Amino acid sequence: MSRLKQIYSWLDHRLQLGKPLIEMAEHPIPNRTASWWYVFGSAAFTLLLLQIVTGILLALVYVPSAGEAWNSLNFLNHQLTLGWFLRAMHGWGSNFMVAVVLIHMAQVFLFGAYKYPREFTWTLGVFLLLMTLGMAFTGQVMRFDQDAYWGLGIGASIVSRVPWVGGSLVHMMLGGPIIAGATLSRFFTLHVFVIPGLMLVFTFLHVWMVLKLGINEWPMPGRVVRRSTYMAEYHELTTRDGLPFVPGGVWKDAVFSAAIIAAVAVCAVVFGPFGPSGQPDPTIIQTVPKPDFFFLWLYAVLSYLPPSLETPFLLIAPVLGIAALLGLPFYAAEGEKSWHRRPIAILVLTTVAVSFGVLTHLGTYTPWSPHMDAWSGGPSIPARFLHTASPLEREGAVVFQAKQCRNCHSIAGYGGQRGPALDDIATRMTKDQLIRQVLQGGGNMPAYGKNLSPSEVTALVSFLETLHPANEPAAADAAQAAATGPSGH
Amino acid sequence: MNIPSHPEENPMPQSHAPAEDRLTVSRRWLLLKIGIAFNAVVGLAITVPVLKYLFAAVKPDAAYKSWVSLGPIADFPVGETRLAKFTNPVRLSWDGETSGVACWVRRVAEREFQVFAINCAHLGCPVRWFPQSQLFMCPCHGGAYYADGSRASGPPERGLFTYDARIVGSTLQIDAGQMPTLSNTAKLVQLDGGHDRTKGDSPCRG
Ligand code: FES
Repeated sequence: MSRLKQIYSWLDHRLQLGKPLIEMAEHPIPNRTASWWYVFGSAAFTLLLLQIVTGILLALVYVPSAGEAWNSLNFLNHQLTLGWFLRAMHGWGSNFMVAVVLIHMAQVFLFGAYKYPREFTWTLGVFLLLMTLGMAFTGQVMRFDQDAYWGLGIGASIVSRVPWVGGSLVHMMLGGPIIAGATLSRFFTLHVFVIPGLMLVFTFLHVWMVLKLGINEWPMPGRVVRRSTYMAEYHELTTRDGLPFVPGGVWKDAVFSAAIIAAVAVCAVVFGPFGPSGQPDPTIIQTVPKPDFFFLWLYAVLSYLPPSLETPFLLIAPVLGIAALLGLPFYAAEGEKSWHRRPIAILVLTTVAVSFGVLTHLGTYTPWSPHMDAWSGGPSIPARFLHTASPLEREGAVVFQAKQCRNCHSIAGYGGQRGPALDDIATRMTKDQLIRQVLQGGGNMPAYGKNLSPSEVTALVSFLETLHPANEPAAADAAQAAATGPSGH
Repeated sequence: MNIPSHPEENPMPQSHAPAEDRLTVSRRWLLLKIGIAFNAVVGLAITVPVLKYLFAAVKPDAAYKSWVSLGPIADFPVGETRLAKFTNPVRLSWDGETSGVACWVRRVAEREFQVFAINCAHLGCPVRWFPQSQLFMCPCHGGAYYADGSRASGPPERGLFTYDARIVGSTLQIDAGQMPTLSNTAKLVQLDGGHDRTKGDSPCRG
């Protein structure tokens, strides 16, 4: 017997792991399951390992102290050899992990893989998704910069809305009365010990169940899951048309995992690390805080909800959403797995995906936010709006620019998108309507009655009245015209 | 090294269960139960201090608040709104820059001040003052407030949070100490959102 084999059997005699591992490797899986569709779970696992390794490497240098964290990140970025690369790997690894976990979940949902007997595998998977998002949020806090600081402020403000215990929850979350040293320390604990520890336990159980219960078979229309017969049918399928897990199914997992890690590395090299942005000094208020990619959709939702719906939404919607995810396999443990026979499932998945896409897109360019510098930092009102203007109208244009109207309203393609573009406002509103809107506000517009003198209002409105295309007349009040004009009936 | 070539030749000893009398068995179960109960008692005794430690940061608002000076009132011209900065009264030496706090001071009249939190009443982003249009604007979700702090438009459901303010000698002081949120400041001032109320129930003590 060769020396290697001797060492192996000496070890295995003590470890007792050989037999179960070989059994696991040889267990048969349904033939068609060895598909590229089934690689996302293992890819998520690989990314988890990558995050652990890169996380440990970053922890060698990172200082989890509110006073020093930002400096240590900049040291990693600029001074330590390849520190930027490790930060970039960890940051991109995080984005890839959230994406892959979401795709994995969508695929499992689409393939009906959560049905009997894999309900609990799904349940643990839902918790793993929540923990992955938890890691993404706490990770954003580790990058202790302006965005992290104000992101924590948003988190605390949301938590403060919980009835009765809101205030105590804020203190718990922040570790004190304000976002400061204690806050970073507790988020560090969550990010490095609590959530990863739980994740490892949950991942172990999740994978254990996948191996023990067998990988979900390829869904076929008409092949209906019944509790009474499923186990026998699955066994029959894997013996009749199965192949051993290793190497049959696993080689694709291996290839895809390597490809994902390579993709993370390429992104890391090409795009570099995320931030840190400005230092976390709360007295520097020239900042436009924005969450990381996977929370942009929430950012958009928070901007569009009417104020009265906001607290109920923030507090109830997550509970309902999680309850729905957790309840799904128990509600639909039996029945068709094939997407050909599950139109509602397809509809739900499409709706969620499209909403996510649209809201994320909106979140990237924030049409609801005033452009704080549009009134002073951009191009002035183009001459074509003014070259036939009377002195009064020109004065109105000055008022328009100086009173920061442009932070919310664009003219000639430049300005905020909070309010409507005003290039042809005169075709939509009469003089009286314009005056009313300026003085009293309404819709989403503040009232300027107290901030403008009567002469400024007159000038502003006369300028606004000129804003219509040459071939389209300004809106006029028909009743007024009838009462005063010579052409009245 | 004595390595058996076939582990089966040297199997792990199987547990042998000789018939024991039932009394012994039930005594063992009883002992186990006592062991578990003992663990429960010790666990409980330890849990209480651990929970107290864990919740140490949860305190009544008053415990965190105290009067802080914003500097001489002469720094704030009448009729204007200026940014003021102070260091949070409750702080740790490793807070770094984060123990700094900013607020907006509006000097309404010679001896009348309004001090607004920097945090938007919606979700806490830092609002900016625009003297030209006399508005506070929030960079996050587009909230806007009038000069007196009342709500003008956007997602916030109320006006800006205010600090209690007082004048001591010739310095302006505010009662500050924690991040203002809906849970700890909503009760301080109820601006009804109507912009024609210039002062709300502002708790300023001029
Ligand atoms: S935080 Fe100011 S509008 Fe949302």
